Amino acid sequence: MAAIALNRDKQSFGELFDHFAPRVKSYLRRLGASDVLAEDLMQEVMLTVWRRAGLFDRAKAGVGTWVFTIARNKRIDALRREKRLEVDMGDPATEPEPEDGTPGPDEQVGAGELAEILRQAIKGLPPEQAELLNMAFYDDKSHSMIAEEMNLPLGTVKSRLRLALQKLRPGLEDQT
Amino acid sequence: MPQPRHHPSDDVLMAYAAGSLLAPFALVVATHLALCPACRAETRRHEAVGGILLDELAPATVSEEAKSRVMARLDEPVREPPVPTPDRRGGEVLPQPLRDLVGGPLKARLWRFAGGFSYVPLPSPRGFRIRLLSIRPGFGAPKHTHEGSEMALVLAGGFKDGGRQFLRGDVAEADSSIDHRQIADPGEPCLCLAVTEGRLHLTGPLGRLIDPLLRL
Repeated sequence: MAAIALNRDKQSFGELFDHFAPRVKSYLRRLGASDVLAEDLMQEVMLTVWRRAGLFDRAKAGVGTWVFTIARNKRIDALRREKRLEVDMGDPATEPEPEDGTPGPDEQVGAGELAEILRQAIKGLPPEQAELLNMAFYDDKSHSMIAEEMNLPLGTVKSRLRLALQKLRPGLEDQT
Repeated sequence: MPQPRHHPSDDVLMAYAAGSLLAPFALVVATHLALCPACRAETRRHEAVGGILLDELAPATVSEEAKSRVMARLDEPVREPPVPTPDRRGGEVLPQPLRDLVGGPLKARLWRFAGGFSYVPLPSPRGFRIRLLSIRPGFGAPKHTHEGSEMALVLAGGFKDGGRQFLRGDVAEADSSIDHRQIADPGEPCLCLAVTEGRLHLTGPLGRLIDPLLRL
């Protein structure tokens, strides 16, 4: 990613494309885009990855996370015809990041290490929690829609999701 | 500035990160995130989950032409839309992305008065009501229940709801089962962003009388 951002290295980008483009397309297909539309949007996502490579902050996010957020926003803009609402860090009304130097639990491990911990934690989820997590990310359904579809009370869906999320909080267990 | 103490619930933050949270609630969450570095860190963690799930999806077939088309466009001059000059008016109170939606100073908006509170309706998608609500000190928003969920974010002043204190940046969530009432703190009016799904039903004795007339 550094090679892409700093040297505009097309070969590295080509490799990144080979890995992520099929997954981005798969993500868009799963969220309801036709094959043709998914392939179009995927190209826009990958071009955005190239053009904004300079904004990628390795300390804050892994490459997969960053590609995911770009694909997610493109999906909301194009498929839901809404504008993704995000924080504007340049806005003077935005509360700045704390500068007291005490790293948060996430900052103590790098983005790469966090990804590995999370990957293992996701693998270890009980099937009913993993299914809900997947539905929340890939089916564009509100929790009440998921509840209705699975014939579960809304409270059960929410508590299962919260259980899953707690297991995905490495190092935070002691603080809650 | 003190950090918010009442945050959106875990599952709501996650839905925001996943991109599945409905836009009116996403407005509340994004505005809260502007005021809450802790929830921004939490959101980055949820996005990392999204990144891993993306990585583990079964790859779809991508045509060679699609790749060549993208590679051929890498040198294209980027036509980024011009960055609009940010409208700072109202910025002391309204962070982005809320300020854009309000589109100007609060005083210039047409406030509608109703008893102890007044409100400005904001553009809302079908089935939702997005409003800025200003509650007079010591007064309450009308006692109500709702058909769907409600989220409220305090922007100035504060209110109490069931013994809990909400100040700037704090988020209160309620669903249809809760019959509740927020009472503004004494001193200054309490300004909040309130998003409700479905209609509100006023439940106080007077509220029941005027409920059909107000159609909140």
